[in-house]
Amino acid sequence: MALAKRIIPCLDCDRGRVVKGVKFVDIRDAGDPVEVSRRYCDAGADEITFLDITASHEVRATTVDTVRAIAGEVFIPLTVGGGIRTLEDIRTMLNAGADKVSINTAAVQNPDFVREAAERFGSQCIVVAVDAKRVSVEDESLRWEIFTHGGRKSTGVEVIDWARRMVRYGAGEILLTSMDRDGTKMGFDLKLNKAVSDAVNVPIIASGGVGNLDHLASGVLQGAADAVLAASIFHFGEYTIHEAKAHMAAQGIEVRLE
Amino acid sequence: MNQVAVIDYGMGNLHSVAKAIEHVGVDLANESGQTTEVVITSEPARIAAADRVIFPGVGAIRDCMAEINRLDVGPIVASAIKTKPVLAICVGMQALMTHSEENDGVDCLGLLSGRVQFFGEDLRDENGERLKVPHMGWNRVTQASEHPLWQGVADNSRFYFVHSYYVTMDETDQIAGRSVYGREIVAAISAGNIFATQFHPEKSQHAGLTLLRNFLTWNGAGG
Repeated sequence: MALAKRIIPCLDCDRGRVVKGVKFVDIRDAGDPVEVSRRYCDAGADEITFLDITASHEVRATTVDTVRAIAGEVFIPLTVGGGIRTLEDIRTMLNAGADKVSINTAAVQNPDFVREAAERFGSQCIVVAVDAKRVSVEDESLRWEIFTHGGRKSTGVEVIDWARRMVRYGAGEILLTSMDRDGTKMGFDLKLNKAVSDAVNVPIIASGGVGNLDHLASGVLQGAADAVLAASIFHFGEYTIHEAKAHMAAQGIEVRLE
Repeated sequence: MNQVAVIDYGMGNLHSVAKAIEHVGVDLANESGQTTEVVITSEPARIAAADRVIFPGVGAIRDCMAEINRLDVGPIVASAIKTKPVLAICVGMQALMTHSEENDGVDCLGLLSGRVQFFGEDLRDENGERLKVPHMGWNRVTQASEHPLWQGVADNSRFYFVHSYYVTMDETDQIAGRSVYGREIVAAISAGNIFATQFHPEKSQHAGLTLLRNFLTWNGAGG
């Protein structure tokens, strides 16, 4: 088949600056999200995900300006997440130049919001972010639940059912993060990813835990991911996007290399 | 001054298209001195006055057609294609067709002869592997004709797609590009002053920007 598996660098931003640290070899100010996005785009990223972790509403305007600035220079798809709670939030981000919005907490608090959003703006721009944590104990079949508040708060909602429901409500894509693996560099939770990917018919973006290029490849080959998202391995210059793609291609994965 | 009207009927990410056109417009101005102005509008007079027209669209066809009909955009597009280059993108391309089976069946503008069909729930590739719907991501486009808009774009370049419905044409000589996703699909159409793409050139980096730049210098027809 000819559709390429996507590699998506993720920028966590607070008050219009990239946080969690981004360090490219030869640029002085690596905290500017526009500069970082342009770098990734030039390096062959297939898409950019921008997660706004700004807590206060007052400085949200900065985020909108940042999204507008990125969209004015980066001509690949741009997904914006973090604090998307109302239809007005979505409209604002799309008007600023985002192609998709990622909905997380608001979906858990009010699942119908996803339905309303998809009806109003179309499924193609509605990504539902699912933060999953393994809750099954040994000798029990694998089971994951939705967690909020950075993986601290359980909702009691089972992940596979939730993913199916979100797709039924109109989610066009699922951004699936393993809270067990996030930040560990141990690789994706492949069983989680495969289970969700098999359960729904929309693309799955695997997220959480990437520490090396084999992890990206196994996300696709064993985790059945349609796209792989990573932050730190690219931010700190450990690997370039091109190296990641070459590595995946060598394992027989279709990627965009031109 | 080269004026490009992006038709605003309340659907679609008009700003992405407008920004991409402005971006390539600056390159063009630096090289040839020709400046580009983008207007986002639904006013018939402004669209009639523009040198070229972009007809975008995202979302569900029923909603798109409802707005197209409510704002009477059909005659505006029909009139534009008689006199100037028109680029239709994604659902904008689908809206030009005769009929779409999305939303239990919706009549479209009928400016091109063809239908819009669902990929199906059980789409598979040639090896029997399941394919997700929507068709989302970067896929290869095989050029089916020599057209000024393909100039500088390598054959089989990847473009960014996101759609669940695909177009089939009655007149295959109007097909300008093809892609494969479980089946062969129409990726681009050329018919007189119309060039239409199922993919999003404004999101397709170099290949897409090259196509948009070509659109700014294309005189129409000659496809």
